Amino acid sequence: MIINQLSVFLENRAGQLSEFVNILAENNIDLQALSISETQDYGLLRIIVDDPKAVEAVAKEKGWLCTVTPVLAVLVPDEPGSLVSILDTLSKSNISIAYSYASLTDREGHACIILRVDDNEVTEKILKDAGIICE
Amino acid sequence: MANYYQKDIETMSRDKLHELQSERLVAQVKRVYESVPYYRDLMDKKGVKPSDIKGIEDLHKLPFLTKSDLRDAYPYGLLAKPLSECVRIQSTSGTTGRRVVAFYTQHDIDLWEDCCARAIVAVGGTNEDVCQVCYGYGLFTGGPGLNGGSHKVGCLTLPMSSGNTDRQLQFMEDLGATIICCTPSYAAYLAESAIEKGIIGNLKLKAGIFGAEAWTEEMRHDIEQKLGLKAYDIYGLTELSGPGVSFECEAQAGMHVCEDHFIAEIIDPVTEEVLPMGSKGELVFTALTKEAFPMIRYRTRDICVLNDEPCECGRTHIRMSKPMGRSDDMLIIRGVNVFPSQIETVLLNCGMPANYQIVLDRVNNTDTFDVEVEMPSELFSDTVAAISKKEKEILDALKSMLGISPKLKLVAPKSIVRSEGKAVRVIDKRKLF
Repeated sequence: MIINQLSVFLENRAGQLSEFVNILAENNIDLQALSISETQDYGLLRIIVDDPKAVEAVAKEKGWLCTVTPVLAVLVPDEPGSLVSILDTLSKSNISIAYSYASLTDREGHACIILRVDDNEVTEKILKDAGIICE
Repeated sequence: MANYYQKDIETMSRDKLHELQSERLVAQVKRVYESVPYYRDLMDKKGVKPSDIKGIEDLHKLPFLTKSDLRDAYPYGLLAKPLSECVRIQSTSGTTGRRVVAFYTQHDIDLWEDCCARAIVAVGGTNEDVCQVCYGYGLFTGGPGLNGGSHKVGCLTLPMSSGNTDRQLQFMEDLGATIICCTPSYAAYLAESAIEKGIIGNLKLKAGIFGAEAWTEEMRHDIEQKLGLKAYDIYGLTELSGPGVSFECEAQAGMHVCEDHFIAEIIDPVTEEVLPMGSKGELVFTALTKEAFPMIRYRTRDICVLNDEPCECGRTHIRMSKPMGRSDDMLIIRGVNVFPSQIETVLLNCGMPANYQIVLDRVNNTDTFDVEVEMPSELFSDTVAAISKKEKEILDALKSMLGISPKLKLVAPKSIVRSEGKAVRVIDKRKLF
């Protein structure tokens, strides 16, 4: 499934992440997935929430730099080796992954993997054809 | 025992020196008026004729030249000799908007090299010395100037140019360099590296001629102690020739201005009024002997103090203090001239906002140079790769504009403090003045 992810620019100083997550708490927003990429100077927070556009509006209002990007969410059985099948399929089709992370919530024995690729539609079709659940 | 390269001139009596300056000034003003329409216009606008200038007492009547005149007249507008008589250009680092291109006849180069030779002899240089020049060669005046001076003195000259520290140290050790010419921060770096390599005890250095950037007395002592030499200051600018406009003698108490070639004045940068000897103000130079690119009353923007008290070395030429600051916003970072406006231009060209801050510091005797800029929302992306690509684009543009690379720091929107009045663009923690 193609879902919307919210990315947030975090300055590299103590308290930045906490400040942002507080906004989510104040607005009663549940975090389904989270990843942080760090560079020497800044961090990049990526999250999956129910209504990313609404969170984006609230965060922007408070001066946060953020952007909404469509990403691919893929369900895999929570068992050894299941990620391999996805990666093999993508690699055979010469699709490269910009980044990937896993959801925090358990979905009836499945884990949800978030994938950032160039073309979500094409990738989703390839994965479905290979029998991988894209929810 | 003091050494001189041109003893008659360097120890000439003040009266004779004034006579010489007057004579040269009158001739120079007349020649410039006749051959440089740009300066003739400035004189006409001020209502001054060459015949009004009868000696140095009339110098104050002449109009100033500024960096913006150099820009307006770029490239040939201030040329006082046909190009057929010019043999060289030198240029300041920097950019289209601010670049200075100075022209030299063979005679100009000869006199410039004389000034550098005086500086080398003043620190004890003779034809027995091995002089390692690690200023950049090329458009920058540092390398070519000291190289020429070193030849004139008859030193064995090592034209190393800048960089490649391992090779610098190897030559320094193997060929027994006794005099070294570079920026003070590079000298400090060479000292650290020589200590690390364990070769410091093998070096034969006795004197260093260090210029092109601000340095403190503490730094001087540090370099002297580590490299086991005497560290001397030298001053100059491309507009006037290059290094050697003034230089320190063994007294290490101010830089003697080569007054037979340059008249120094101190003015109030706001009222432009000439200030009495010993006052702190903006340094203004008039080049008396330059043929191709003769600056008359050129405002250097350097703030300093002149001192006409006799010097123990026997030189009669007045001394100037180290520059104590600037009357404009120019920064000198690792020896390179940088204007905040250049950085602003690059950022705007790269689609960045003009919300930036330049943070300078000096760590281990080397300038650190950070540019913090607020990340605009249009450029924000969910991938580090996309942001890095933008960062690299900005860095490349900054490097090509400035000639040196800052460290770029992207910060959150509105995180750079907005001030009520003039934006605080520069935070200089170096405490050099």
